[in-house]
Amino acid sequence: MECSPRTPRIGFDEAILGNTLHHFRAAGFNLTVASGAKKARGISGKAAGTVVEVANDLPATSKPLKEKMSKSERRALQESQRAAKAAAKGGASVHEQPGKTLKQPSQKKDGPQVTSSVAASEKKGGDRPPEKDRKKDVPPPRMQFDDKNRVEKAKRRAVVKQTEARNRVELFRHLPQYEHGTQLPDLESKFFLLDPMHPAVYKVGIQYLAGDVHGGNARCIAMLQAFREAIKDYTTPQEKTLSRDLTAKINSFVSFLIACRPLSISMGNALRFLKARIAKLSATLAESEAKASLCSDIDRFINEKIVVADKVIVGNAVTKIRDGDVLLTYGSSSVVEMILLHAHELGKEFRVVVVDSRPKLEGQALLRRLVGKGLRCTYTHVNAVSYIMPEVTRVFLGAASVLSNGTVFSRVGTACVAMVAHAFHVPVLICCEAYKFHERVQLDSICSNELGDPDVIAKVSGRMDVNYLDNWANKENLQLLNLLYDATPSDYISMIITDYGMVPPTSVPVIVREYGREHLLI
Amino acid sequence: MWRRSASFVLDKQQQQYDDVEKQESSLLSSTTTPSMAETLQNPSPKISAYYQTRAAHHGVVTSDWLAQAQAAVGRDPDDHPSESSSKSNDSGKPFGVIDDFNNWRKQPDLAEAVAAIRALASVIRSSQATTMMELEIELKKASDSLKSWDTTSISLTAGCDLFLRYVTRTSALEYEDFDSAKLRLIERAEKFGEISYKARKIIAMLGQDFIFDGCTILVHGFSRVVLEVLKMAAQNRKLFRVFCTEGRPDRTGLRLSNELAKLDVPVKLLIDSAAAYSMDEVDMVFVGADGVVESGGIINMMGTYQIALVANCMNKPVYVAAESYKFARLYPLDQKDMVPALRPIDFGVPIPSKVEVETSARDYTPPQYLTLLFTDLGILTPSAVSDELIQLYL
Repeated sequence: MECSPRTPRIGFDEAILGNTLHHFRAAGFNLTVASGAKKARGISGKAAGTVVEVANDLPATSKPLKEKMSKSERRALQESQRAAKAAAKGGASVHEQPGKTLKQPSQKKDGPQVTSSVAASEKKGGDRPPEKDRKKDVPPPRMQFDDKNRVEKAKRRAVVKQTEARNRVELFRHLPQYEHGTQLPDLESKFFLLDPMHPAVYKVGIQYLAGDVHGGNARCIAMLQAFREAIKDYTTPQEKTLSRDLTAKINSFVSFLIACRPLSISMGNALRFLKARIAKLSATLAESEAKASLCSDIDRFINEKIVVADKVIVGNAVTKIRDGDVLLTYGSSSVVEMILLHAHELGKEFRVVVVDSRPKLEGQALLRRLVGKGLRCTYTHVNAVSYIMPEVTRVFLGAASVLSNGTVFSRVGTACVAMVAHAFHVPVLICCEAYKFHERVQLDSICSNELGDPDVIAKVSGRMDVNYLDNWANKENLQLLNLLYDATPSDYISMIITDYGMVPPTSVPVIVREYGREHLLI
Repeated sequence: MWRRSASFVLDKQQQQYDDVEKQESSLLSSTTTPSMAETLQNPSPKISAYYQTRAAHHGVVTSDWLAQAQAAVGRDPDDHPSESSSKSNDSGKPFGVIDDFNNWRKQPDLAEAVAAIRALASVIRSSQATTMMELEIELKKASDSLKSWDTTSISLTAGCDLFLRYVTRTSALEYEDFDSAKLRLIERAEKFGEISYKARKIIAMLGQDFIFDGCTILVHGFSRVVLEVLKMAAQNRKLFRVFCTEGRPDRTGLRLSNELAKLDVPVKLLIDSAAAYSMDEVDMVFVGADGVVESGGIINMMGTYQIALVANCMNKPVYVAAESYKFARLYPLDQKDMVPALRPIDFGVPIPSKVEVETSARDYTPPQYLTLLFTDLGILTPSAVSDELIQLYL
C-alpha cells in the first residue's frame, strides 16, 4: 500500500537535506572569510572605481585561508581587467559575471565557493543532476517573432522563404504571420536544391502545408513515419558518429517541417522521445542495428502511445455513455469519433450533436461518417451552442494538448463550447492521449498559438454575394485574425480521459511527473 | 410500526434513547434470522446489501423494515443459485468467500473492506494451490465473486482491489518456495487488515485538531470514523456541541446522538430538512464517506450533497473523514452516474402504488463542495485524492 510509490519522495527529501547541509557547512566553515568578503563586496558595490583599494583592503582587514586569498586576488584581477576594458567594450558577458555575483546575497555566494574548494567531491556524489543537465530540462523559450534580431537570424537559416503578412495583428506579433500560399511554389522550385531533405519528409511537409494532413494524431503519426523512412535510408557519413549526425539531420528535417507549419505540442513530445532514443544509442552498435532499433522504437511509440492509448480511452469513455444520452462534440476529433462509433456498436441508444464552425467545417466530415454508420445526429454551428446545450447530457471534446495546470489546448471554439456547457451544468469530458500532456503552464491563448490564413475568414466559398472583404489586404487599418487554437481553463472541465484512466484536470501534473520520463524511456 | 413527527423526536429525546437501546438489543436477535438467509444467497439485486448492513449496524431499524427486506430476499431466490451453481463448479470456493465475508461483516465494528480482506486471507489459508500463479488466479476469482456479490459497496470493491495489489505486487515472493511465500501472503493480509483497522485511530488523531473549543459541528449520517474523531476530541477535553441530522430512513442520527450523549457531548437532533435552517449556527460540517472517488468527491448517504451545498453556500467548511480503503477508481459525472443502490423506505403510511418513490440510498458530492478529507494517508485536499489513487493503482 505505501511501500514502493513513496520511496522516490524520500530520496528527493534526502537530496534536499543534503543540499542544505552543504550550505550549513559552508557557512560554518568560512565564517570569518564570509564576513571579510561581505565587507569587500560592500565597498566595491558603493564605489565602482576603487578597484585597487579593495584588493589591498581585503588581506589587511581579515586573515583568510589560503585558498580564499587566491580567490580574492582573482577577483581583484578581474575587477582591474574590467576597469581596463570597460571603456572599450560596453560589457561583454564574461565580465559581467563577477558584477552579477557581487549583488547576490552572501549565502548564495557561498555555494559556488564550496564547490570550488572544500566539498567539491562531496557535492558530485549527491544524486542531484549536475547544473548542465538541469538546464537542459527547461524547455528553451519559444521563438518570439517580434524579436527582430532573432527573426533575422532565423531567416538566414530558413530553408523556405516566406513573405511576411502585411497587416499583422498587433497583439499577435510574437507569432509567425506569413502570407499563406507563398511557400508552396517556392518549395516546388527548390525541390532539387534542398539536397539533404528526404522525400518522405518533404512529402509530409507539403501535406502539412496544403492541409491534407491535419489533426494532432494524424500529423504526429505522419511525421514519425516520415522520419522512420528517412532513418531507414540513412547512412552515416565518413568520420561522423551516427547519433550526432542523425540528430543534426532530424533537426534539419524538423526546421523544414516547422517552416511548412508550426509543430504541435504533441509532435514536440514525440520528437523529444525520438531524440532521446537517438542519444541513448550505444556507440558500439552497428549502423544497421541502430537503425533497426530506432525504427522499432518509432513503431512502438505510434502503437503504444497513440493506437493502444486510443483503445483504452475509448474503453473508458464508453462507460460514461448511457442510454438516452445526448452527446455533443465540437469539430472533429479522431478519438471522439472512435468513442461514438464504439458506443454505437455496443448498441447504446444515444444521439449526437455535432457542433461546427467556420472556416474549417471539419465537423461536416465527421457528421458524414457518423451518419453513414447509422448514428442519429444533429448538426449545428457554434453560434447555436447555447440553444442546443439544454438538451445535451455530455460534452465530449478532443484536445491538441493538455497543459500542466489542467488547461486544455484545442481547436479554437472549444473553450466557448466548454464554458457554455459548464453554465448549463453539463459535464465536459476531454479525451486526450497522455503523450500530448505537457509540463508547460499557459494561462491564455495569446502567448502561444498558431495563426491560420486570414484569407479564409474573409472569403466564404461558394457565396459570391459575400464580398465585403474583397481586397482586404490593401486596407491599412484592417487586420484579420484567424486563430487556430484556444485554451480552456480547467474550471470548465469535469474530467480528462487518458490512457491512464479517467482523471480530474488537477491530476495532469501527477501524470506528467510520474510518466513524463517514461515517454523518453519506453 | 414507528409513526413519529419531527416534534416528537425533539421533545421526547430521552424516551427515544431508551427506545433506541431497546431496539438495539432486539436488533441483535432479529438480524440473525435474515442474515442466515443472506449468507447463502444474494439478496434481491434491487436492494443494496451494503446499505442493508449499514442500516442493520448503524440505523434504528423498524421491525417491518426487516420484514420487507426479508420479503425482498424471498421474492426472487432463483436469481443467485443459477449464478452460484456455475461458480461452485470450480471447487465451490467463491461460495466460501462470500460466506466468510458475511460472517465478518456481521461484526458491527468491522469495516466492510476489512471484512473482505479477512475473507480473502482465509482463501489463501485454505487454498490448495501449489503455485503462485494458481493462488493468484484463485484470489482474483474470489475477489471478483465478492465484488459481484454486492456491486453497490464501494469499500468492498476498493478493499478487494487494494488487497490484491498489496499482496501480489511483491517481487520478493518469486524467490521463495511456495509454502513460505504463502505464509508471507497471509502475514501481509493480516498486516493489511491491521493497518486498515488502525486507520480510524489515525484519522481521529488528525481530525480532532480541527475541532476548537466552542464550535458547533453538524454531522450527517452515522460514520464510525466521525464518531471516533468526536470521541477523541471529547476525550481531549474539547468543548463543542454537535448537531445530528435525523438521517432518514435509517435514522442514523438517533444512533449517533445516543453515542455522543454517552460521552457527555451536547447534542441536538435536527430533521434532515432543517440543515439550511440551522447552518448559520454551525462552524463546520463533518461527514463520513461510503466511497471517495477519483475526482475527490465522495459518495455517501443520501442528503450529504444537499448539506454540502448549503454549507458551501454559507462558507462553512465541510470535512470528510474516510479511510484510504474507501478510495475507489470511480468517477461519477453526476448523481445518476453510479450503480444504483436502492433500499426500501418506510414512510409509515401506505403509499399508493401509482406514487413513485425515490429509493436511492446514496448521493454523490462533487469535490468543489468539500474542504478537506481526513484520511489515514494524511489530510488531503479533494484534488490530492486522485494523486494518491494514481500512485496506489497505477
